[in-house]
Amino acid sequence: MTMAKTLLDKVWEEHTVRTLPDGRTQLLIGTHLIHEVTSPQAFGMVRDLGLKVLYPNRTFATVDHIVPTDQRAEPFSDPLADAMVKELRKNCAETGVTFFDLPTGKQGIVHIVGPEQGITQPGTTIACGDSHTSTHGAFGAIAFGIGTSQVRDVLATQTMAIGKPKVRRINVDGNLSPGVYAKDVILHIIRHLGVNGGIGFAYEYGGSTFDNFTQEERMTVCNMAIEGGARVGYVNPDETTFEYLRGRPYSPTGAEWDAAVARWKATASDKDAVYDDIVNFKAEEILPTVTWGITPAQAIFIDESIPHPADLPEKDRDTAAEAIEHMKLPAGTPAAGIKIDVAFLGSCTNGRLSDLQEVAKHIKGRKVSPSVKAIVVPGSQGVASIAEKMGIAEIFREAGFEWRGAGCSMCLGMNPDKLVGDQLCASSSNRNFKGRQGSPTGRTMLMSPLMVAAAALTGEVSDARKVFGIH
Amino acid sequence: MALEKITQITGRGVFVPGDDIDTDRIIPARFMKCVTFDGLGEFAFSDAKVAEKAAGRLHPLDDARFNGASILISGSNFGCGSSREHAPQALYRYGFRAIIAESFAEIFFGNSTTLGIPCVKMSKQDIADLAALIEKTPTVQVTLDLTENKVTVDDVDFSATFSLPGHAREPLMNGRWDSIADLVDGIEDVKSRVAAIPYLAGK
Repeated sequence: MTMAKTLLDKVWEEHTVRTLPDGRTQLLIGTHLIHEVTSPQAFGMVRDLGLKVLYPNRTFATVDHIVPTDQRAEPFSDPLADAMVKELRKNCAETGVTFFDLPTGKQGIVHIVGPEQGITQPGTTIACGDSHTSTHGAFGAIAFGIGTSQVRDVLATQTMAIGKPKVRRINVDGNLSPGVYAKDVILHIIRHLGVNGGIGFAYEYGGSTFDNFTQEERMTVCNMAIEGGARVGYVNPDETTFEYLRGRPYSPTGAEWDAAVARWKATASDKDAVYDDIVNFKAEEILPTVTWGITPAQAIFIDESIPHPADLPEKDRDTAAEAIEHMKLPAGTPAAGIKIDVAFLGSCTNGRLSDLQEVAKHIKGRKVSPSVKAIVVPGSQGVASIAEKMGIAEIFREAGFEWRGAGCSMCLGMNPDKLVGDQLCASSSNRNFKGRQGSPTGRTMLMSPLMVAAAALTGEVSDARKVFGIH
Repeated sequence: MALEKITQITGRGVFVPGDDIDTDRIIPARFMKCVTFDGLGEFAFSDAKVAEKAAGRLHPLDDARFNGASILISGSNFGCGSSREHAPQALYRYGFRAIIAESFAEIFFGNSTTLGIPCVKMSKQDIADLAALIEKTPTVQVTLDLTENKVTVDDVDFSATFSLPGHAREPLMNGRWDSIADLVDGIEDVKSRVAAIPYLAGK
């Protein structure tokens, strides 16, 4: 009898080229995604070394980090941003890499474009010079965020040097209460396992809550694996995954589809697979969650207050004190009622169609508070175009949200969408680090898209269940 | 590709206190609008320096006593967050040649190793003791010995053990820390693997 294996074991085994002298694996990367910020130096290094792009058909590019979301015509007003887009365009043209460029109608955040195009598939290995590459694990792919030297490695050899991680199975069982979302699940997991709890691990998410999640909800959770320290997060592929992929531009068709589905099913972890660690959560215990500090683990339920550092475990106290100083929110402040200045709805965590649909359903006919600047940034041109057709964009505009073009935008403030001074932003993104949203003194509170909308409407952090009458 | 064999690093140290120092803190995103890594060094910890000044404090990298430090010392989960190689690139260009911390985020660790920057783990207590020594005498020479897995300080009775996983230690010591040469050596094997995997062979 062969030993039971996890999905990670199976994918690793299939993609192992050889063991390197230092003991790491030379791992084949089936699909390589690139964007304008972390790739230019890599193309430069490949050229300088006299190498070439080995499999240009296995690298896909788009532009997301620096693109303006209001003024979309080139040249961009920021000459540095303009130069970066042109550099990527040139590199793709010279090497034959497919580029989902701005005029194609397929541009967007790289982690939204891959799945949308059907490029992200189960049982594959994926790498991208962006830590949120873990998103693609929602399809049962093993997906890594990498640095620029590794982008070079993948361009030149379609492989990278990496050690095999351990696997921690995270079960969430039961039904989420109405008004509680995938974002709350991942914030809850990180709150309990810590921002460094996942170092050395891949997170395999499972349990009935995940079984019932849509593909897009699974993406939200896998997206933030890295915020818990795990470079890789994944969910075993199932019918939900296959249905999502059916008919997408890069999905197999005809007899190839059936063969692919059979292979995909076989890549899921065996029932009796052995894990290095197992952690269990109950869905019923999770409530709408917001972060109050400067790491994603500094999170509380909407009915809780900012903790006193002295009440926390010793190891967390210094960072808590630092967070309280940066956030200018004293310990003991209830989460509900914190005044916000900006509401940001978007990012690779929560910029997909279902995120916007869910919010639109509840805000129809309501208005953004006059004290709040609220922006919606669809994750891709594809999402934007469907949202327009469905009337979702109009609902947002009528409510007083600015409806923007696709990109990373205010998740990291590399384009003109930045916080100003110490503005406080209710954000559906993934990081609340100091200065993350473009202003060194800016403040970020992470939450689900509907909680962002509730804050936008009321001008303060609010329980979306009360604001929208969700029972 | 012949790379330097990194067996020992000696230099002055600087302690940047704090846990979970993320790569946005090390190099804010707006400085990544560039197509080369040149010139990133001057922006290391840029916003953190300004914030400390605004709070009436001095960031260690702004403290003239620690000018010229080449060994960075910090807390746990150093380099978490974004995968940006710009972070270790900025630290290297600033002049850092080794980092000592309680623990490191994984992507940062790999990116740094590829640049030949050893990231070694030391206990909280040893880090506090080392930081106190440097605070008292900023000019002391700190030595990391990869052969012995030890940190020592010249003319002072200080010696602490660090840990560095073998997959980083061996390549650093053998001058193979940038894996590109090894990966290129395997290209024929890559091609046969590609041919054996249906989703790759089919295209």
